[in-house]
Amino acid sequence: MNSVIYHICTWWLVTVSTGEGARAVPLAGHVGFDSMPDQLVNKSVNHGFCFNILCVGETGLGKSTLMDTLFNTKFEGEPTQHNQPGVTLKSNTYELQESNVRLKLTVVNTVGFGDQINKEDSYKSIVEFIDAQFEAYLQEELKIKRTLHSYHDTRIHACLYFIAPTGHSLKSLDLVTMKKLDSKVNIIPIIAKSDAISKSELAKFKIKITSELVSNGVQIYQFPTDDESVAEINSTMNSHLPFAVVGSTEEVKIGNKMVKARQYPWGTVQVENENHCDFVKLREMLIRVNMEDLREQTHTRHYELYRRCKLEEMGFKDTDPDSKPFSLQETYEAKRNEFMGELQKKEEEMRQMFVQRVKEKEAELKEAEKELHEKFDRLKKLHQDEKKKLEEKKKTLDDELNMFKQKKTAAELLQNQAQQAGGSTTLKRDKERKKNKEHMCTWILLLL
Amino acid sequence: NFLTKTILGKLDIEKCLTSVSTGGSTLLGYIGIDTIIEQMRKKTMKTGFDFNIMVVGHSGLGKSTLVNTLFKSQVSRRSAGWARDEKIPKTVEIKSVSHVIEEGGVKMKLTLVDTPGFGDQINNDNCWEPISKFINEQYEKFLKEEVNITRKKRIPDTRVHCCLYFISPTGHSLRQLDIEFMKRLSHSVNIIPIIAKADTMTTEERQEFKQRVRKELEMSGIEFYPQKEFDDDMEDKSDNDKIREAMPFAVVGSDKEYQVNGKRVLGRKTAWGVVEVENPNHCEFAQLRDFLIRSHLQDLKEVTHNIHYETYRAKRLNENGGLHPISSSDTQESNL
Repeated sequence: MNSVIYHICTWWLVTVSTGEGARAVPLAGHVGFDSMPDQLVNKSVNHGFCFNILCVGETGLGKSTLMDTLFNTKFEGEPTQHNQPGVTLKSNTYELQESNVRLKLTVVNTVGFGDQINKEDSYKSIVEFIDAQFEAYLQEELKIKRTLHSYHDTRIHACLYFIAPTGHSLKSLDLVTMKKLDSKVNIIPIIAKSDAISKSELAKFKIKITSELVSNGVQIYQFPTDDESVAEINSTMNSHLPFAVVGSTEEVKIGNKMVKARQYPWGTVQVENENHCDFVKLREMLIRVNMEDLREQTHTRHYELYRRCKLEEMGFKDTDPDSKPFSLQETYEAKRNEFMGELQKKEEEMRQMFVQRVKEKEAELKEAEKELHEKFDRLKKLHQDEKKKLEEKKKTLDDELNMFKQKKTAAELLQNQAQQAGGSTTLKRDKERKKNKEHMCTWILLLL
Repeated sequence: NFLTKTILGKLDIEKCLTSVSTGGSTLLGYIGIDTIIEQMRKKTMKTGFDFNIMVVGHSGLGKSTLVNTLFKSQVSRRSAGWARDEKIPKTVEIKSVSHVIEEGGVKMKLTLVDTPGFGDQINNDNCWEPISKFINEQYEKFLKEEVNITRKKRIPDTRVHCCLYFISPTGHSLRQLDIEFMKRLSHSVNIIPIIAKADTMTTEERQEFKQRVRKELEMSGIEFYPQKEFDDDMEDKSDNDKIREAMPFAVVGSDKEYQVNGKRVLGRKTAWGVVEVENPNHCEFAQLRDFLIRSHLQDLKEVTHNIHYETYRAKRLNENGGLHPISSSDTQESNL
């Protein structure tokens, strides 16, 4: 009987089809895949989580104090001065652990926001920073060998925008900055140092702020209301935006408990008292209820938008003018071929130039060589001429030398003969000797 | 609860802060970070899971029956009597069927990929090719979608997460075809070898056969799932070592129930007794089911996504510096 009913039910269910063409099949017993979420969660826990918060606001609005209060620790060093020439962003990463959950928390502070005289460019460095984080992720995603599952995600998941508690309305700097940021990051506006405003003023202030945001088309982050378990709490919270918060790390004894509070002569503002400020609401919303949703929105909405814009900018399209779907690869390949073609052309050009240069240089060198040869020939000829001259001179000198020798021998012979003939010829001899000497001298002089 | 904090990049490490709890009131140190687990769990339950399982083995090994037993539902229609006039296909066909099953609020889209015709011909040369092609086509589909300019919020995942390879219970050793198939595919998909129709062997025969098979797999260098090289940490390694020692699981499948000792159990009735499918003394079905579904389901998906898919992607993007469009596939999608 049971099996008959079972078969009838199966048959009936066959005719019911659920989305994507798959039919629902009933289970005849416990299979066990309902542990899937646990398996997934366990893996994520082993891996650890990442959460990145950006705090935007003027110096002195209590950003660092609020972060300390939210996460129950002391993060930073000293507060920053007011004389920064431009807006810079300082980011610090901390590792927190609660039970078995490890969280890598990155807090990015804007330093010098709102301090300059001319604030036109204040928002630029913030936008650049956010874009840089998206770019880093995009680069990693486009790599050939990539390690996405162990990538440290630095994209900003939530942006807390601190509004100064003037009690009147938003400043123009606030509006401009928020308008630039709302498509890039989840903005959660909060009223800082809200213990400076009274309750009635606060209500009016909140209404003014929300109406200004709406009229200027600023899209702040709305807590999601599609999941039934959190829809109710999220929708009530949505109506309390922007949260008016007070931060404090000092503890004061109230009753018999130590609570975080700010003590004034006229009373004590308790941070965690919901009547005093919306700190508890902020903490609930930011951490305890919607942290995962913030991360998901960043990834599926803001990052995808950035990616799409960036890729389109680089010249990739999804469909060509004939609306046939292109694939990124085909475009990429086409571009790559184009690029390779260009490279080749350039290479050819360079090669041509190189060859030409070589030719020119060769010609020059040949010229130089020819000149050298000519010079060499010239010099050689000169040398030969000189040599000939010298030889001629030598020859004449030799001849003269020979003649002189002959004359000398002849004179000596005569001298000897004269000596043998008598001594009277000594005078003659002397004379002759003198004459010979004279002759010798003249010859020698001539020779020189 | 205590809160530990380490500041990266700074040299001094501050001491741990312990919170003061005063009888019953909320702990001062509690922030609520661990609620992210609940948030994540809720989100994943809402979106549901995909799981794609492929069964490979020549006909008559009880593939369809086993899958039905694993998922306790009629996910495969073929087990309902082997029609005599159904011809054995000439080549390996790939048939994929999807079902949605729900348990404990968790919705799972289970896709079963069947491979009729594998190992059935006289000449079984290259009969792994259609299968390999199918697996690569799924990777290609995913890659194409991932690389689009405007992407879908959730890319439909048709990649094969797990391939159950059925080994014939000959009692001797692995066949040539088995080794060839597993060698070629163990680098692109998670292969889990199982010994089918284990009720044809006695317990001792079974142990011997398993050891021989394991040795042969090791000698051929076949890395079946869970692969040693992907063990994350010591805890994983010791868990997976235990499983690797027990693999390949010798299983018996059945979708009929019989009365044994006053309980209704799934089993096969023979003249000499009832083989109980979920009895760990009779066969290792329960072990396989726990391993596959209750503890490593998510890990199978992750290894497929982080390792096999990435290998495919890297190879593809390196080929000639670009991608070429694949020729039309010959996969059949039948929605029975």
